[in-house]
Amino acid sequence: MTENGDATPLVRVENVNKNFGALHVLRDINLTVSRGEVVVVIGPSGGGKSTLCRAINRLETIDSGTITFDGQPLAAEGKALARLRSDVGMVFQSFNLFAHKTILENVTLGPIRVRGHSREKAEKRGMELLERVGIATQADKYPAQLSGGQQQRTAIARALAMDPKMILFDEPTSALDPEMVQEVLDVMIGLAREGMTMVVVTHEMGFARRAAHRVVFMSEGQIVEENTPDEFFTNARTDRAKDFLSKILTH
Amino acid sequence: MESLLDFGPLAEEFTTILAGFWATVRLSAMSALLALLLGTILVAMRVSPTPVLRSVGTAYVNVLRNTPLTLVLLLSALGLSDTLQLTFSRDPGVNYYWWATLGLSAYTAAFVCEALRSGVNTVPPGQAEAARAIGLTFTQTLRLVVLPQAFRSVIAPLGSILIALIKNTTIVIVAGYIEASSVMKQMFDDYGGTLPIFLGFALGYMVLTLPTGFFFGWLAKRMAVVR
Repeated sequence: MTENGDATPLVRVENVNKNFGALHVLRDINLTVSRGEVVVVIGPSGGGKSTLCRAINRLETIDSGTITFDGQPLAAEGKALARLRSDVGMVFQSFNLFAHKTILENVTLGPIRVRGHSREKAEKRGMELLERVGIATQADKYPAQLSGGQQQRTAIARALAMDPKMILFDEPTSALDPEMVQEVLDVMIGLAREGMTMVVVTHEMGFARRAAHRVVFMSEGQIVEENTPDEFFTNARTDRAKDFLSKILTH
Repeated sequence: MESLLDFGPLAEEFTTILAGFWATVRLSAMSALLALLLGTILVAMRVSPTPVLRSVGTAYVNVLRNTPLTLVLLLSALGLSDTLQLTFSRDPGVNYYWWATLGLSAYTAAFVCEALRSGVNTVPPGQAEAARAIGLTFTQTLRLVVLPQAFRSVIAPLGSILIALIKNTTIVIVAGYIEASSVMKQMFDDYGGTLPIFLGFALGYMVLTLPTGFFFGWLAKRMAVVR
């Protein structure tokens, strides 16, 4: 542990490889994420973006290489791994709100059971967060009663309730109806402005341009290109990135 | 012909019959509780990441589910209690009650475990991932997120298991505990095997099992998890 915590990268991914059977989904991945940085991971489907994102809090195991978070290598399992995950928020493509709990209970479960906060304290903070993402009036409803956009904003509030050091977003708007994408992106842009460290797997160019510090382009399990959003979208260096961009930008 | 339709014995032995059914209820309720508890522990073992726990859970379910209940109860009452002298109490009524309860719950737990395991399979994997992602441990994830949803999705099958359990109590006659079916057998011996006695006891069991079925059907609807 260094005293000068802010200078060390929050996440360091070194020479990481992973195979799903014969499929080599991560090939020699090297990536660092600094504190306060917003990194957008972009690229064709099956390119390993989600796997990389999920490997950072070890929802996916890796075959070789190392991943360190906040100066510590990821624990393999047990309490130490649970503690690490409590500091890394995660927002999923399919929301994954706890279906048998109300919106407020979804947001307070972690603080009460993991952080050991009192119910009163957790609920007060939970309501503040729900207020912030604009769904405080829905606090007593169940996830299935909410729209996709509202569910995903709840999921963001659930991640924030843990006071995480960073949040991973795994295609957070891909399962949403088009009219609900912006409300979720607005919350994410707000977080980025406040200095939250974020790794975002997304196809939303608008978000990348407005909020990202860096774009990482992944294809076939490799990081092909890294650049600032402006440079990447207007002036991609590699053919694979140009090819990908030509496909999504003409849509 | 008159004696065949004589409901007199049912009236005469009414208090004995009631006592018999009360014993059935006590046996069923305690066995149901223990079976639910043991079944939950077993399903936790069967879905745990530890191979040893998984194998033990699987072995238990396969052995108990595939052994006739009569043998399980004979092993408890004759083998463990009478031969090995493992007794709960000097009072044979109390002792055989507990051995019958243990036998029944050990047997029923295997079915509860399998019902719950199919319930666990109805819970989308994303639920457990989200639970782990906020820092819950494996046991917390199971206890707070996965099992509550699994339970709700198998309330109706658990009701069927409870009905089977209530009817299975008729077999504890081999374990020496006196409940409703032992009273019936005694009455057949004393009064002869008449239709009224049979009908009376059949009705008695239905009074226990029909509401159970209705209640669990209602509960299943009420508690269903909407996705």
